[in-house]
Amino acid sequence: MLKNILKILENDARTTPKQISDMTGIPRAEVVKVIKQAWQDRIILKYKAIVNWDKAENEHVFALIEVKLEPEKDVGFDSIAERIYRFPQARSVYLVSGTYDLLVLVLGKNNHEIANFVSQKLSHIDGVKATNTQFVLKRYKEDGEVVEGKEEVKRQPVVL
Amino acid sequence: MAVQKRVPQKRKQHIAARANKLSPSGIRKFFDLLSSMEGVISLGVGEPDFPTPWHIREAAIESIEQGQTMYTSNSGTPELRKELARHLKTYHGVDYDPMSEILITVGVSEALDLAMRAMIDPGDEVIHPDPSFVAYSSSIILAEGVPAAIPTYEETNFELSATAIEKRITRKTRGILIGFPSNPTGAVMSKQKLTEIAELARKHNLTVFSDEIYGKLVYGVEHTCFASLPGMKEHTILLGGFSKAYAMTGWRIGFAAAPKEIITAMTKIHQYTMMCASTMGQVAALEALKGGQDCVTEMVEEYNRRRLVIVKGLCDIGLSCFEPKGAFYAFPSIKCTGMTSEEFAERLLAEEKVAVVPGSAFGACGEGYVRCCYATALSDIEEALKRMKRFVNKYRVK
Repeated sequence: MLKNILKILENDARTTPKQISDMTGIPRAEVVKVIKQAWQDRIILKYKAIVNWDKAENEHVFALIEVKLEPEKDVGFDSIAERIYRFPQARSVYLVSGTYDLLVLVLGKNNHEIANFVSQKLSHIDGVKATNTQFVLKRYKEDGEVVEGKEEVKRQPVVL
Repeated sequence: MAVQKRVPQKRKQHIAARANKLSPSGIRKFFDLLSSMEGVISLGVGEPDFPTPWHIREAAIESIEQGQTMYTSNSGTPELRKELARHLKTYHGVDYDPMSEILITVGVSEALDLAMRAMIDPGDEVIHPDPSFVAYSSSIILAEGVPAAIPTYEETNFELSATAIEKRITRKTRGILIGFPSNPTGAVMSKQKLTEIAELARKHNLTVFSDEIYGKLVYGVEHTCFASLPGMKEHTILLGGFSKAYAMTGWRIGFAAAPKEIITAMTKIHQYTMMCASTMGQVAALEALKGGQDCVTEMVEEYNRRRLVIVKGLCDIGLSCFEPKGAFYAFPSIKCTGMTSEEFAERLLAEEKVAVVPGSAFGACGEGYVRCCYATALSDIEEALKRMKRFVNKYRVK
């Protein structure tokens, strides 16, 4: 039941409990209860919009930063990661396998701002051994949504 | 002397009786009106609103790039037939030899036509449910057979009863054409009811033409493949396709699976009329089978949400609606308006810009009902329900 409700909300966070109830047959009061619990349990982290900033004429730059870490005594990756994700510029922070350890998605106003973040903040953190910054040139798909040129359904109006 | 002007006379075309006797679509005018209107929400469609899943399209594109643009074997590519045989075994519990018992066709429509032409002699009677898909009676007539429609009713879940069938069996009865899950009603036949029909088929030595194009689209119930019933493989022509489950209507890939002699006969007609199904379509169909069934599960889950919304919505309006357990159609009764189903559809379109298909298009027993397809975005379904509510409130017979 929880999974069904989460799937619907993940697709459209604005779906109301009444609508979810109609879509699943679960009573509305039960839907409300499940959602509230999921929110309390931090299963649902946030309700938000996926924005195409390019169209909103808002100056912005995304960058993906690979971070190599050097674990120090008594300090695990988690606490280094925390020192990084506490910066509001860091939109997503992942511990990854492979040649580096953290992948950090950063949003800044311009290249300069991101350069500052890397040179003034990130590289100063104890345990950060090296960084490799990749500026995003174009976002094609964001969180499952095609950013531009979404496919339209073209059907004959009546088929028997 | 007056010169007589010669007016070129329009030649009256001779049309063969075969075409003439097919009933013209009575709602043609309605469709024409519809295509000229703007802002219409159509619940009149009969296909998924999802485009074909990308991995399937990608496989076809790649095959075109590689130059796989030639004919295939008449029966279909061996790869597709083998994979389909495996699939039928795994998901439907039926065993078909891919080399002699499966034929790939241009949509299930062609498979239906071939089956009728291969099995029906002039005057043979074929029993089919009413209401049912519009091509059923026509395919029987085109094969010079005689359709024998058996009424089915909302009260008995639009299921076909063996008792009713048996009453209609004559010396001329050759077979029974069933299509469950049903277009237009969304009805699914229980295994028990199908078993009763199987007993009739055995007793009277009938062929069962089982159109299972909607077989994967069931909600909370299991689809029973007719050929999987004990002893029924010998009596059954299983008709299926990729259009509905994989959102592949435009690719036109279907199939027939049946005992060898029948497939041989059908293949003969197919090779002279179609040669083979499109090569890229067959590549796509193969990928549909091999690429995992998650996309089908996801689409079915989404249809189910919409199904619950539309059935509840229609009932709330006061249009009593039988709970469809398969396909993607709701078939509400519009009797409370006192209108015929054609009148209802025409006026609903004109006044509220919602298109539904009059139930009468699917047979006499469809009168008093309309078909609403819920393979439509939820927001559109909700808006359509609002408009229908306004309409029904206006015309409800007190």
